Amino acid sequence: MKRKFADLHLCLNPKDPNSTPRIMAKAAALGYDLIAVPLNPDIPEAEISKFKSICNDAGADFSSRVDLTPKTRKQLMFQLRKLRRKFEIICVQCENKEVARQAAKDRRVDLLSFPFLDFRDRFFDWAEAELASNSLAALEVDTKPLLLLDGSKRIRLLSTLRREISIAREFHVPVVVSSGVAKEMLLRKPREVAAFASLLGFDEASALNTVSTIPSNIALRNREKLSHGFVAPGIRVVKEGADC
Amino acid sequence: MKLVKRRYLALQLETEEEASQREFLDTVWASITRLYGEHGASQTGLALIDFNELKKTALIRVSLSMLQPVRASLASVTQINSKEAAVHVIAISGTIKSLINKE
Repeated sequence: MKRKFADLHLCLNPKDPNSTPRIMAKAAALGYDLIAVPLNPDIPEAEISKFKSICNDAGADFSSRVDLTPKTRKQLMFQLRKLRRKFEIICVQCENKEVARQAAKDRRVDLLSFPFLDFRDRFFDWAEAELASNSLAALEVDTKPLLLLDGSKRIRLLSTLRREISIAREFHVPVVVSSGVAKEMLLRKPREVAAFASLLGFDEASALNTVSTIPSNIALRNREKLSHGFVAPGIRVVKEGADC
Repeated sequence: MKLVKRRYLALQLETEEEASQREFLDTVWASITRLYGEHGASQTGLALIDFNELKKTALIRVSLSMLQPVRASLASVTQINSKEAAVHVIAISGTIKSLINKE
């Protein structure tokens, strides 16, 4: 069966709205079947539908995503309560340990992301992985810094990512490799992104899963949860009314 | 008996300006050396078979065991001759003949 590739972190350039159809078309042409774009939390539903139609015209499926950057645990809980039913994918940018721990254990969080330059603020350790393994959160790794950084910074980032991914694999925490780019020239084919993942300690099949099966499953799982009639995993309302 | 298994890669260059064969090859070698060092680069068995400046395509040969590292190195190319660029793998094959058919 043909693999379906997904990029869960395709950024749009807010200064150049005309580039949106172009970058989506480019991603679709490179072989992505599913694209998720981080959107503003206050975006109206009509705007989301507009993005969806642009993406469908380009030949790919669209998933709405929101990136949360809470400062405290309470803020995170509030934002999750407010936004979980609106977006298909929720990513938490963990900027401190308190937020990172709460995000890892909350089943409403899909992706955990950490700052790529502040190595002391990357809280993906054994405790974080253990919490994440009991919830549904996956670790997100962007290829953008790997493409743009050079020298000692890239060496340090590669070493940190390799350590984090080995911890994630030990605790069976899924890892998603995304692009995180807003420029067409920095977009790479999914198999090239998978080759990047092999730099982080994945074998060929697992590397391919990080850009296909794992991200696609996250989007599908949430789409099902947000669909009308969903009660619990495996339970759906098929018919309702007086004649039931 | 074939001692070293090889793979042929058809590449598409995406550049703002035209790049020469020399510039392309230097960029690829530099990228491999940055990621895997000189020892790793020596194991790739990289050779340029064909380069079309107008179509911006290239055909290279690499050792099968180093296919993934070479792909990662090609993906990490962001500039050729200080101009923004990207290198995409269009097709991979075990022989040049079947590679041309795949293209």
